[in-house]
Amino acid sequence: MNVPVLTLTLLAPIIAALIIVFIPKEEDKLCKWVAALGTGVALALSLYVYFGYDQSVGGLQWVDFGGPVPWIRDLGVTYYMAVDGLSLPMLLLTNLIGFAAVFASWNVTLRVKELMIYLLVLIAGVMGTFIAQDLFIFLLFYEVVVIPIYIMVIIWGSSKRVTKEYAGMKLTIYLLIGSAFLLVGVIATFVQSVAITGTPDMSFEGLARVDFPEQFQIYMFGLMLLGFGSLLSMWPFHSWSPDGYAGAPTAVSMIHAGVLKKIGGYGLIRVAIFVLPLGAKFWAPYIAVLGVIGVAYAAMGALAQKDLKYVVGYSSVSHMGYVLLGVASLGVVGVNGAVANMFAHGVMSALFFSMIGFIYERTHTRWIPDMGGLSHQAPRLSVGFMMAAMASLGLPGLISFIPEFTIFVESFRVFGWLAVLAIAGIIITALYVLRAGANTLFGPAREEYNHVRDLRGPEMVPLVLLGGVLVIGGILPSLLFDMVNSGVAPILVHIQEALQIGGR
Amino acid sequence: MNFDFSLLTTELALFVLGLSTFVLGLVVPSASRRGLGSFAALGLLLVLGIAVINWSNQGVLLNGMYLVDGYANFFKVMFILSAILVILGSFRYIDQHVGHHFEYYSTVVFATLGMVVMASAGDFITLYLGMELMTISFIILVAFRFMDTKSLEAGMKYLLLAAMSSAVTLYGLSLVYGATGTIIIGEVAEAVARGGNSPLLVIGLTMLVAGLGFKVAAVPFHMWSPDVYEGAPTPVTSFLAVGSKAASFAILLRLFLGGLGDLHGQWAMLVAVLAALSMLVGNLVAIPQTNIKRMLAYSSIAQAGYILVGLVAATEAGVKGVMFYAFLYIFATVGAFTVVAAVYNKIKSDEIADYAGLVQRAPLAATVMLICLLSMAGIPPLAGFVGKFYLFQTVVQGYMWLVYLGLIMSMVSVYYYLRVVLVMFRDDPKDPSPIEFGSAANMTLIIAMVITLVLGIYPGPLAEVANTAAQTFFLR
Repeated sequence: MNVPVLTLTLLAPIIAALIIVFIPKEEDKLCKWVAALGTGVALALSLYVYFGYDQSVGGLQWVDFGGPVPWIRDLGVTYYMAVDGLSLPMLLLTNLIGFAAVFASWNVTLRVKELMIYLLVLIAGVMGTFIAQDLFIFLLFYEVVVIPIYIMVIIWGSSKRVTKEYAGMKLTIYLLIGSAFLLVGVIATFVQSVAITGTPDMSFEGLARVDFPEQFQIYMFGLMLLGFGSLLSMWPFHSWSPDGYAGAPTAVSMIHAGVLKKIGGYGLIRVAIFVLPLGAKFWAPYIAVLGVIGVAYAAMGALAQKDLKYVVGYSSVSHMGYVLLGVASLGVVGVNGAVANMFAHGVMSALFFSMIGFIYERTHTRWIPDMGGLSHQAPRLSVGFMMAAMASLGLPGLISFIPEFTIFVESFRVFGWLAVLAIAGIIITALYVLRAGANTLFGPAREEYNHVRDLRGPEMVPLVLLGGVLVIGGILPSLLFDMVNSGVAPILVHIQEALQIGGR
Repeated sequence: MNFDFSLLTTELALFVLGLSTFVLGLVVPSASRRGLGSFAALGLLLVLGIAVINWSNQGVLLNGMYLVDGYANFFKVMFILSAILVILGSFRYIDQHVGHHFEYYSTVVFATLGMVVMASAGDFITLYLGMELMTISFIILVAFRFMDTKSLEAGMKYLLLAAMSSAVTLYGLSLVYGATGTIIIGEVAEAVARGGNSPLLVIGLTMLVAGLGFKVAAVPFHMWSPDVYEGAPTPVTSFLAVGSKAASFAILLRLFLGGLGDLHGQWAMLVAVLAALSMLVGNLVAIPQTNIKRMLAYSSIAQAGYILVGLVAATEAGVKGVMFYAFLYIFATVGAFTVVAAVYNKIKSDEIADYAGLVQRAPLAATVMLICLLSMAGIPPLAGFVGKFYLFQTVVQGYMWLVYLGLIMSMVSVYYYLRVVLVMFRDDPKDPSPIEFGSAANMTLIIAMVITLVLGIYPGPLAEVANTAAQTFFLR
């Protein structure tokens, strides 16, 4: 491949951000259009890559510059951008949500220029984690995203139940402390790999080839689980998530819940499980238990909330519990389900947050008891809201039904009664989601909301784009599943081999 | 015995530059003396060129009294670079708050000469000579705003404590001399290898840790630094924080790895505890600070703690880590202090609260501040992250607790760095008028920012230079 398509995809938002730096700050509209253009180009490129990927061949494709380019020789770091069936859905998800997030911020008037710059940097950072095939470069991108998010929360966030300063700091410190443990794990793993093989190599493939001792793997996997788990809002490290989303502006909530969290799940599979299979084997039951506790606990939490963003915040913790359960099964079907569920949940929660953002802009409240009957004044908005709600409870025909179903199938096989508990969580989900929808959208029209105007113009983009994906993914699940399977299957084959060599 | 004095080109050039700045200052009329800043900066640029050209001109002078190796050259380039950046960043500050241009600029050059000598010191006398040249220059510089009581107080404090630490260091050196019978560091190593460890040596070694611990401001010898940093003229603070600290690290490594390396078992734990305390105290005490210079002072104590980790490792990789980190630390620190100095020029305050809305008044400065602070915190893709990666990977085997502590404390440090960011970015300024920095200071800022970014994203070349330099370190 001569043209480094992935690098271009990564650069598109960065170039857009650089252009915006030189636009006078009064030119709000222009800044927004440039941002839309940058993310649009990235989205188009990632669609091109997604449908150009040859699933029958599998493995890493679209390798930029023909292979790993030496980057930092003494650490064995290489600039190695490539995608497989695991990265591609995540890359596509990032750009779908990134594009939608620009339009979800269309009505912002405060310091638009800066907002767009941070947003574009954030999108590029998230994208980088999914296409880097080198652990070091992965880490570079992993933490890049923290700072733009912090700045966006403290400037454009809202202080309803918690102040935005508190929300921003909590979000940041939680993730950074988690990443400190992750970093310890990565450094120790790297040093150990050099001690074993004698040559530094930071690529995922290279590290996965190293035979780490079992005790070491268990130790390191624990550290990585702490890091990735707190990003994935694994119970009991989830409490940043509802507060953070509530304080954050719409675009940040969308990207954070939609894709950033997924870096945790992606990293767990790509780094922790792939490199440390024996550790994964040891920790899998614990992950499953934590996942199920997360499902139940967060669903209960969501049930008790009266603030729309808190409902969705807790609901996303709950959904990540399913992802953890699927990952913990360590079987192809379950991990497939987990990855597909990450994609599905990403689209769904981004749509949810963008609709809540529009509602909040118009009514200046997210407090469910104060709302009602909005479907009379804003039918399109209600459609978006309900689509997200239905996807959240796993309605067949929408994107998240099949992933959840496959997770249940596999986890029931592996964990038995634990899975039954998790499945019961669906009922609670239906309860809080339907209640939130009913109390916000339906019932008699309220006069104080007669001024609420429906979505129109550019505001329609998140609804049409993300809603479209929800439906298409529901009707043609193979579009997503075949891709995921082509990426997950080889990883699990590798793990099975490692487990057999490891004497089990 | 080697008398090849061409090895000393850099030192001689610096010496000539310092003298000629001084003499020119006496000759030219006082109105045009401010141009001496540009003269000194250009001269230093020339010296930098000389140092780079002479990079491969390495050797041992006078039986090991003076070592010109890759290690020394690396540090020399670093010191000269930081002097240039500091001088560029200080034009306006000196103009507005200090005056006495030629004394200031020539003293900075002589301080740099002191550091350069320290980097090359091969025996105790040269080492002490360089150290005192630097320290005395700094005593003058710290008290340079002598109409300001704070600056005077800082100068006095620094004078007393620096004298004390010099005495302790000297006592330590004399004990080591007594135990080994030589002052040449290379021969000390041989004597130690032959004679094992006498109690005398251990006492001397402990004294050295204390004396040099003061110079690098490691806990528990750090008490002077917040007061001195706060009181000194800001450009001096920045030079003190980078140059003095890095030079002290240069001799610390030379002494402990080059001379007392065989006693590693005796001092490694001691240094590890110092490192841990510095990281803990520096980062935790920085949190409640409201004055940005004090906050940066505590943060630089923490930085010293990180760098000490490389000494604990006592390997080539550790030396490389120290060199790499010291290099990037210079740019981050000078960048941050240059912003502080320039903001002070306009608003006459160093309180963090007065930085409100800086991003709207001076977008470049706020961005540079953000990048420098985050680099110190070790957030990728900035240089600090790579630096910490290099440092901490060296102690994974043996001192895992230090890795945990260091990485967790650097995440804690994000808390107080972000408080500054919060004020700069969120709040609206009380007075929205833009802050002008002047083109020289802007240049310092841009260089600091670009290098911090580039080193973070593409650290390969510098890492290789540091690597080869670190290899020469253990050749003897």
